[in-house]
Amino acid sequence: MTDAALRNGVPRLTDTGTVYLEMVRRKRMYGGILLVIFVAMMASGFMLADERNAGGFWEGLHMLGAFPSEVVSEAWRNRANLPGYAWQFLPSLLETVNIAAVSTLIGALVAMVLALLATRGLARWPRAVGLFRRLMDSFRAIPEIVVALVLIYILGPGPIPAMIAIAIHTAGALGKLFSEVAENADLKPVEGLASVGATWGQRMWLGVVPQVAPNWLSYALLRFEINVRASAILGFVGSGGIGYDLKIAMQWGQGKYDQVVAIFLLLFATIVIIDRISDHFRTRLTKGASA
Amino acid sequence: MTISVNPDIATTITANFTRRKWVSFAVPAVILAYLAYIFFAFDIPGLADRARMDNARILMSDFVSHKTHVERDNRSGDITVAIEGERKGTYPPGMSPDWVRQTDGQTIIDLGSGNIVTYAGDAMTYALPGYGTIRVQPGPDGLMLTKPDGIPPDFINASNTRVTITTPAGRVTYTRSRIETFKYSGGWELFFFTLDSPFYGKSPLELAGMALTGDRVDPARANITSMARDFWTNAMWRHGDVAWAIFETMLMAFLGTFGAAIIALPLGFVAASNFMPVRLVRGSMRRVFDFVRGVDGLIWTIILSRAFGPGPMTGALAILLTDTGSFGKLFSEALENIDEKQVEGVRSTGANAALRARFGVIPQITPVLLSQILYHLESNTRSATVIGAIVGGGVGLLLTQAIQTQKDWEEVAYYMTLIILMVMLMDTFSGWLRRKLIKGS
Repeated sequence: MTDAALRNGVPRLTDTGTVYLEMVRRKRMYGGILLVIFVAMMASGFMLADERNAGGFWEGLHMLGAFPSEVVSEAWRNRANLPGYAWQFLPSLLETVNIAAVSTLIGALVAMVLALLATRGLARWPRAVGLFRRLMDSFRAIPEIVVALVLIYILGPGPIPAMIAIAIHTAGALGKLFSEVAENADLKPVEGLASVGATWGQRMWLGVVPQVAPNWLSYALLRFEINVRASAILGFVGSGGIGYDLKIAMQWGQGKYDQVVAIFLLLFATIVIIDRISDHFRTRLTKGASA
Repeated sequence: MTISVNPDIATTITANFTRRKWVSFAVPAVILAYLAYIFFAFDIPGLADRARMDNARILMSDFVSHKTHVERDNRSGDITVAIEGERKGTYPPGMSPDWVRQTDGQTIIDLGSGNIVTYAGDAMTYALPGYGTIRVQPGPDGLMLTKPDGIPPDFINASNTRVTITTPAGRVTYTRSRIETFKYSGGWELFFFTLDSPFYGKSPLELAGMALTGDRVDPARANITSMARDFWTNAMWRHGDVAWAIFETMLMAFLGTFGAAIIALPLGFVAASNFMPVRLVRGSMRRVFDFVRGVDGLIWTIILSRAFGPGPMTGALAILLTDTGSFGKLFSEALENIDEKQVEGVRSTGANAALRARFGVIPQITPVLLSQILYHLESNTRSATVIGAIVGGGVGLLLTQAIQTQKDWEEVAYYMTLIILMVMLMDTFSGWLRRKLIKGS
């Protein structure tokens, strides 16, 4: 649009109004075209997905309440059993949370090292920054389920395949975020430490980590929330933890719906509690750190 | 004038330092103690017994190589040569790899580096270089094995009913009903064309020549079309189905993410304090978001797949529901942080609420909105793989099926490569779009 107003290099102020209106019109047209394309894509995608689904959307819609109500009504009849079941499934819930916690811990520790190695200005080997970034990218790109299923074949069922799978993904995902935080770290302490002959490890540990720790911790907590969910899902697909118990109870179907509800409730409560706790600490870490 | 240190400050600082010193020791100690607890809770010492290193070896070798079975049915005397022992990979009569020769009742299999297996009638001989010839044939009471001295004991595993010879070159199994020889070779066999395709076994140069100038293999269509068709409908690798599955997974992520954004945007207004003055409505909308997010994607997936059956629609709806919760929260927070001055300006022209939202609010939150949506789109591509494995759609289903059969590891490797490429592609694409839309506008 500026070309039109600056034709022959001379701004013609009288044209500004028309040029502006034309720009608005063109912008609206582009916006309209994009909107039409987007709506068409959504609609055709929806219809395609509907066609390839076993049950249709509209037939399924009024069935939506059927399964939950069946489950809930059976669980309500046997509501006396629920506390017992909740107690019974507590160890597997603990396993799910442990998988998430230990994989967050290991992933975060690996991510710390990777992030520092992949941050310009801080890296131990400045030439290898790109290499470590690509490494983190590939860690992030591998879905957890792929690693977990392959490891189950080799290591046998149990919590360890899920733990390794989530830890790898966490290392990649946190590494990227950690490195973004570390980029903004003040370099003066690092220089000061370098001037007294500190090694790279000491410079990072004493000069960088104290600056970035609140943000890093906040990201790690957020990741822990995500990992609890991932660990429950991996249990359902693979093995280990409360996801597996849920799968067994679901496969049994009618007669074990009280167990299903007990597991649902446990999982829901855990996720909400962990969300709340991590939310609380994250606000304190990011906002309260300066106060 | 001398500087006097207030003794109270000195003690506070010393106490502070002592506390910090303790913390810097206590944190690693707690982490170590936790790891030690996990070490025993997850039974890591017992891992060595449970780990199946032979499975790992099968997996690694299958990832990069394939095996061809040469089988003799001892009742009928028929010989079949099949890649991976599958019917889809069976050589048609009269066609065989060049390392198998059939001459007057004898089948000579060259396993490479001097290892020759010969089937002559019911008898099988294996010429093992450096040791001599092993001979197996049916006798009056079970199988009769004659072998030269000095063969390493782990090469041969023999009983009355079954003899297995495993050497670095390959493996032979002799049972009463059949003799089977396995030869391992590198690469993913039949990846482009199966044996029944006229293009099988041609070099890329020959193929290019056939595509450009050669006579038509099928008079009805050009050679390049038949090539594409043979590749697409390859029975062994099912490229067409796999491409569909990948597309389905991306479709789930796309529909779920954008559907959630469309639903969450108006709901975000309801949950934002500066647009919804009624506290009760605002609060209950937020509780709805919390509930939808708290009931995990896994649970939504299970409930939805009961109603809609397996397929991509179910997966898309599961992503949609979960993300509506997170988007609603994010959008309402973004709406609460907008600059009121622009809304004020639009209001001064006499605009109604809808126009104020369109011209005063939406332009302010678009960058946040778009970057969140694109970020979720990328992460949902990954989730769609997992959700696909649960609801039965997309590439997640193919992957879990291939892993559960525990034999087609080369297919697993193929799907894994494709999934990683897909996720990286989405990552790059969403990053590019984000930069383009947010910085470019």
